Amino acid sequence: MIWNPNKECMGREQMRELQGKRLHKVVEYVYHHVPFYRHKLQEMDLSPDDIRTIDDIVKLPYTTKKDLRDNYPFGLQAAPPSEIIRIHASSGTTGNPTIVGYTRKDIGVWSECMARCLTAYGVGRDDTFSVSYGYGLFTGGLGAHNGVEMVGAAVVPASTGNTEKHARLIRDLGITGIACTPSYALYLAETMDRLGISKDEIKLRVGAFGAEPWTENMRKEIQDRLGLKGFNLYGLSEIMGPSVSYECEEQHGSHINEDHFFPEIIDPVTLEPLPAGQTGELVFTTLTKEGMPVLRYRTRDLCSILPGECPCGRTNVRMSAIQGRTDDMLIIRGINVFPSQVESVVLTMKEFAPLYMLIVDRVNNLDTLMVQVELRPDFFNATLDTPAAIEELEQRFAAKLRSVLSIGAKVQIKAPGTIERSQGKSTHVIDKRQLK
Amino acid sequence: MTIRQLSIFIENQSGTLQKVLELVKQSRIQIIACTIADTAEYGIFRIICSEPDRACKELKEAGVAVAISEVFAVELDNQPGGAADVVGYFSQAGIGITYMYAFLLEGRGIMIFKPARAVEAEEVIRTNKLRCLSEQDLPVNA
Repeated sequence: MIWNPNKECMGREQMRELQGKRLHKVVEYVYHHVPFYRHKLQEMDLSPDDIRTIDDIVKLPYTTKKDLRDNYPFGLQAAPPSEIIRIHASSGTTGNPTIVGYTRKDIGVWSECMARCLTAYGVGRDDTFSVSYGYGLFTGGLGAHNGVEMVGAAVVPASTGNTEKHARLIRDLGITGIACTPSYALYLAETMDRLGISKDEIKLRVGAFGAEPWTENMRKEIQDRLGLKGFNLYGLSEIMGPSVSYECEEQHGSHINEDHFFPEIIDPVTLEPLPAGQTGELVFTTLTKEGMPVLRYRTRDLCSILPGECPCGRTNVRMSAIQGRTDDMLIIRGINVFPSQVESVVLTMKEFAPLYMLIVDRVNNLDTLMVQVELRPDFFNATLDTPAAIEELEQRFAAKLRSVLSIGAKVQIKAPGTIERSQGKSTHVIDKRQLK
Repeated sequence: MTIRQLSIFIENQSGTLQKVLELVKQSRIQIIACTIADTAEYGIFRIICSEPDRACKELKEAGVAVAISEVFAVELDNQPGGAADVVGYFSQAGIGITYMYAFLLEGRGIMIFKPARAVEAEEVIRTNKLRCLSEQDLPVNA
């Protein structure tokens, strides 16, 4: 089934025409409402009238995560505060999160895009669908939620945590679909095994998995253990949230909702656009967003646009699976984590040397994060001479980390001189997770 | 009334204790009593030693997390109940003992401890006429 054949199966020329019109409109809109973009365009001697077709997009400046950080909290917001009806926040590279405000129309577009994804997965009004992304500042929970309501399925806002209760609800309510991170799906499968809930007792048939990279092997394992078909769901809060792209029944790449989010692939070094089929950095321009539109936002995700048509009948372009990052961002339990965020917290603690190591692992299908820090000999004093005092220091640090990272981390305090000093390019991360 | 103790942070890894002891040896510092408060990942190695100031300075310079704290060293009666009686005085006064360890000095039991409230602990020691060691009483051979 296709939710909106008008848009999802639109002729290519027609689509490009629509994208061109919308691009002109959004450039004009940000030119008049976002000083950041007005200055950038003026510096480049560009006016909105120079942007007429979608091919003109290459004239526009890029937007980076740093731009979002520098304009914290509302510098890139185009709509007046009275029009904003929801605000989400995602990880920034340092202390400040990235703030994204949505107008009523934005939430409508988001729900529509999410409805397209769910319909492609085969979810409809007869389904009972559990949303197991975190509800809160993270866009996953509420983003998926609105789409499930729009397609008319019964939404179960399970969120994350309390997995045992959730496993029982899946069985007892006959839940047929679930949206969560792929690693949470595996954790859920494990929890069901532990509770003695067998695959035959549950009715799950569709999984919408995203917010972290996953592999075909993981897909196979999740499908085998939960007895469902797993589909990729891609998104990022800077652009919208989940629903930027989605797999159809062909499961060969994810269709981009390109009437709303225009994709480009660029060489991350030269910043030159790359043709379909070549891997590079994924860049999005929001074509219809009112709250916080962005021009050519560099996602730092590496992938390619797949050439050719999809047998499913949809004409919107497909992107490959994400093959990596151009920065050091980690995705831990679906949450974006930058080593620089940890650094910003370490630097506030006078007891620790300005050194740290992140050790990421996956234990029983759940990501774990350990942060190692080192005591500074000159700040070690008599108030720290008991295990209780060291533990208190650990907890104080862990609480600060949690508030900045939005996920819990185990803290390990090390003796001076034990964290490896880097030669040249510093390595702050040991990722032991094997994604095969 | 107190003596100085070094507290050293060491990780639970083979060789870490040895490293600290080597440094102490190189500084020609004599260890008189010691104990380790251990946890799953690290320990606090506590020592009573000769020249605690110099020992602390030289260990710090070698990059060791070390601190000086003041602890009490009280002589115990060499008979059953000796420790119970002494600790009893403090518990009756409602003073918690954060940590304690003991060693023998010329056949006499010495209890080293850190009370939660030092000023009140001194009062208990005076009232009950407990024998308290000073650093001069320690058998330094260096």
